[in-house]
Amino acid sequence: MSGKTTGTVAGEQRASLRRRPFFWIIAAVIAAFALAPAIGNNVELRESLLLATVYITLASNLNIMLGYAGYINFGSIVFFGLGGYTCVYLISAHGWPLAAAELAAGVAVSFLALVFGLGILRLRGAFFALATIGINEAVQAFVSNFEPWGGAAGLYLPTTIFKPLGGPMRALWVVYFLLVAVMGASLYLSYAVKSSKFGLGLIAIGQNEDAAVVLGVPAPLYKALAYSLSAFLPALAGGLYFFKSAFIQPSDAFDLNLSTEAMVIVMLGGRSTVTGAAIGAYLYEELRGYLLTSQTFSSFQLVISGALLLLIVLFVPGGLMGWIYGRWPRGKEVLE
Amino acid sequence: MLGIIAAIIDGVLIGSVYGLAALGLTLIWGVMEVINLTHGAAIVAGMFGLYLLANAVHIPPYATLPLILIGGFLVGIVLYWISVHRLMGRPPLMILLSTFAVNLVVIGLGTAAWGTDLFNVPVSLPSVTWGRYTFSGTHILAAALTTAIAGALYLFLYHTKLGKAVRAVANNREAAELAGIPTTRVLSLSFGLGVALAGAAGMLIATMFPFTVLSGDAYQLKSFVVTALGGLGNPAGALVGGIALGLIEGFAGQFMPVSWTLVIEFVLFVAVLIIFPRGIFAFRRA
Repeated sequence: MSGKTTGTVAGEQRASLRRRPFFWIIAAVIAAFALAPAIGNNVELRESLLLATVYITLASNLNIMLGYAGYINFGSIVFFGLGGYTCVYLISAHGWPLAAAELAAGVAVSFLALVFGLGILRLRGAFFALATIGINEAVQAFVSNFEPWGGAAGLYLPTTIFKPLGGPMRALWVVYFLLVAVMGASLYLSYAVKSSKFGLGLIAIGQNEDAAVVLGVPAPLYKALAYSLSAFLPALAGGLYFFKSAFIQPSDAFDLNLSTEAMVIVMLGGRSTVTGAAIGAYLYEELRGYLLTSQTFSSFQLVISGALLLLIVLFVPGGLMGWIYGRWPRGKEVLE
Repeated sequence: MLGIIAAIIDGVLIGSVYGLAALGLTLIWGVMEVINLTHGAAIVAGMFGLYLLANAVHIPPYATLPLILIGGFLVGIVLYWISVHRLMGRPPLMILLSTFAVNLVVIGLGTAAWGTDLFNVPVSLPSVTWGRYTFSGTHILAAALTTAIAGALYLFLYHTKLGKAVRAVANNREAAELAGIPTTRVLSLSFGLGVALAGAAGMLIATMFPFTVLSGDAYQLKSFVVTALGGLGNPAGALVGGIALGLIEGFAGQFMPVSWTLVIEFVLFVAVLIIFPRGIFAFRRA
């Protein structure tokens, strides 16, 4: 991953993303996700792919911070959980339609992330990581005590909320297609950021923040924007996910497992690559499916994702895409 | 008024133990600029060390302290070689991820073995009555043992040759290497010390409060707050920061439910980091 290549790409082809093959690869992935379960009305496949869309959304957005800017965000799940809470709350307490609640959740969470980011992102590396570890604990404690959001018991949605979407059966399909759309948007966002001047600035920060600042990258602003940008789509995904289950409680919304898994996925696929986050999510989802059905492994899920993360960091820091680029250097031109 | 004074004194007793835990975190940072994210796991390991040794092997609770210190030291050295050594000199992100990964493995194993139930180690010590105030014996002994351990650490760092080597490596690793100090060995030793301190703090906390496998995260956050108050990499600051945090907790506990503690601490953490990035009680490092 060299800054120079990205620089030329950003300079010459910023306006013509659509002419590059990668744009169409993403489109094909989205189409496959949307069509595969729809053909033959395969509900089982839909449920398994639904989880994959959530993983890909979380991982792609985490990658903007972790991959491009080189800042670990241990609390990426906070966006997902807060998005879910805002959306479920607006629907249950104020009777908002799903679309409006979703939009409000995304905007509110991004705005919060921007404000918080402007504060903590002045902190360099390690301190920022400490703050993001704390935020998950703190937000979970806050929500557990926050009465309007149901405290530790959580919030329920009545089954009647599925009526406007044509009944529960159809609503599940609608939510699935919306999640696929959010996933697609995440992939395009990752790609667009990577090919932009903004992304180039982030990657420069990731490689050497002091040098980037000297060269005129407004580092604190860029970091806060990246943090805020990476909050929007996970908040939408959280809203849809908890709308579908019609129930939200603090331990599900701020599940440490999910934020850990997003990190494992980014590292497994390869940091700061768009393809890596997607392939990593798919591989991890397969692995997880296998582990959950196996009796021995299901209680060791945390151990296995931890061990996997450690092995990747120690021995394959470039992840899968790093390995592919090493074997097939021209791959960089096709797979971002 | 009576209640507040008692709560504040109790807060200081408990806070000194937070300071001991933070001492482990800050020592490792001071020597090698590594944030040890296995810190929470080390605290929990100390808690369960006490539980296992006291309940299964029937060792008197306080006699487990030296065993936990030694065990923590050895485990810490192993952890250094597994998760830190190979990554020294790479971007700091990598060590954060690797220690975080080890933390997950430990917590995962703990959850598989004990679930997330609440555990309690019954320690019977007479409480101390002073005038109209009554203080729990376990809190007083915990503070006394913390003082003893911190004193021993001071003697080690400032009055032994090895301690001097640790300070030299903290000051300038290359220069220390040139002066013939085996820096890698000093680094692994410091990591061992840091983990041992966290384990000891966990053991002392477990004599005072019930705990679960997942308690580590909350106490790790407390250590972060303490290091933010005291300045990261500053041993004396960690102790003062710990006592300050205990005071704040004791005081805040009078006015709001305990379940808000984490929220307040986190807000405090971020506010202090932003306003005083070097810590409020940041004395000059020796």
